Amino acid sequence: MVENRPYLTVISHLIVILGIVITVMPIWITFVASTHPIEHIMDGTIPMWPGDRFFENYATVLGSGVADAGGIPVGDMLLNSLIMALSIAIGKIAISLIAAFAIVYFDFPFRMTCFWMIFITLMLPVEVRILPTFAVVANLGMLNTYVGLSLPLIASATATFLFRQFFLTVPEELAEAARIDGAGPLKFFKDILLPLSRTNIAALFVILFIYGWNQYLWPLLVTTDESFYTVVMGIQRMTQAAESLPLWHLVMATTMLAMIPPVIVVVVMQKLFVKGLVETEK
Amino acid sequence: MIKRVTFRNRWLPYLLLLPQLAVTVVFFLWPAAQALYQSMLVEDAFGLSTEFVWFENFEELFADPLYLEAFLNTVVFSFSVAFVSMSAALLLAVMADRTIKGTTAYKTLLIWPYAVAPAVAGVLWFFMFNPVVGILAYVLRGVGYDWNHYLDGGDAMTLVVIAASWKQISYNFLFFLAGLQAIPRSLIEAAAIDGASPFKRFWTIIFPLLSPTTFFLLVVNVVYAFFDTFGIIHATTEGGPAGATQILVYKVFSDGFIGLDLGGSAAQSVVLMAIVIGLTVVQFRYIERKVEY
Repeated sequence: MVENRPYLTVISHLIVILGIVITVMPIWITFVASTHPIEHIMDGTIPMWPGDRFFENYATVLGSGVADAGGIPVGDMLLNSLIMALSIAIGKIAISLIAAFAIVYFDFPFRMTCFWMIFITLMLPVEVRILPTFAVVANLGMLNTYVGLSLPLIASATATFLFRQFFLTVPEELAEAARIDGAGPLKFFKDILLPLSRTNIAALFVILFIYGWNQYLWPLLVTTDESFYTVVMGIQRMTQAAESLPLWHLVMATTMLAMIPPVIVVVVMQKLFVKGLVETEK
Repeated sequence: MIKRVTFRNRWLPYLLLLPQLAVTVVFFLWPAAQALYQSMLVEDAFGLSTEFVWFENFEELFADPLYLEAFLNTVVFSFSVAFVSMSAALLLAVMADRTIKGTTAYKTLLIWPYAVAPAVAGVLWFFMFNPVVGILAYVLRGVGYDWNHYLDGGDAMTLVVIAASWKQISYNFLFFLAGLQAIPRSLIEAAAIDGASPFKRFWTIIFPLLSPTTFFLLVVNVVYAFFDTFGIIHATTEGGPAGATQILVYKVFSDGFIGLDLGGSAAQSVVLMAIVIGLTVVQFRYIERKVEY
């Protein structure tokens, strides 16, 4: 603070608190709706305080699912989301680490060509090549598989750049020393570079886990079999239930469940999350 | 750039690059090339014959009032989202930065919506604005406005803009806060000694110094609104009512998967590709100046 202006300080606090209230309100309303029986929601008097159906509603969605959405238990959808998010995050990190290592620590023909090929993927999000990518995955027989859900998304220019940037800051002496001591490239990578990259890997993992968990368009395309639905796209199936009004209390319980894992990751690993967010944007 | 000391190996670097390049070629470059090629084809309704028509699909596309409407919707949507989420985030960041006590706590309470999937954010607001059961629709009725995003295009657009902005505020907030904390205190103190009011200091010192952050966020937010908001639209309004919230990305999907118009959808993909490439170039040209490689 530069000068003491008590009124302005009070106003600042008030505005931020108001902002937080507006941000949190949707979650509160959702949580409240998820703890009431459907009649309380449909009769027009909107409850503002949690009801007594918390356990019943959550047990229903987790255990048996909503009939209109194919009756798939949300527990299964959460598992699918978890598998997808983890494979995407780990896959992206693994292939980007070794690709960046090759680009920074080796001199070989077509080095820059490879680099630019990876760079181009930045400009080709799924949304701009929906149909042909779907056709490739269908031809490879990967529809309705976990491989089809995650493999096409694991190429990552951002992660490769991040690791490249980081490797460039690693002192030359380390590689020199390793070479003098007779360590080969793979030993150097495993024993020196990987341990040094630990924080970067963790930060990136937080961002990529959220990215993978929140995928929507891709699972929508490649899963027609309900047992492969992920939770984020599963919600849509419930709200658009044909011929009947959505069962809002169950939809809202599912929405809460879909939000909790990534939100916990962000809140618990806040430092890493911020680091990852800032670095992936460089 | 490369290290001064490199390892020498004939095949190892290629082996290390193989997974990344294989995925890139199979799932990115090949489909993109396919989209380019298909955008110049016309297929009959039964998929029996295809004809190479050069740029006819594009001519049709730009003569199509529905496509132009989707284009306009996208522009309105993107800039509304960028404006709403950035101004809200800037206000909150400036205020949170002023409060010495509590900045960290406020940060924690404001950043988590980043983790909420766009589709989920859409459903949250869709529920609150629902004309039958939603609390906000109820409040609006109380003040005399009959909200119905199922029938009114303007309401539907407002709904998706709010949902998309809400999710993006936390991201903008983090970057604005970091930008504010990087401004040298001495500049602001000097202005305060010269008698500039907090309001004047903001507009003449802080805001201009934040302009790199603002510009960067503008690009990021437009990219987000163009491409990452498919889930919001699809999970809530599905482009309706009467195409009022049909944005480009949604139209590619619905024409391709529901309308099965292969050539038209591919032509739209190519237009989108051009837009992403343009935006990426803008982003990188700007960032090149900020970060020294």
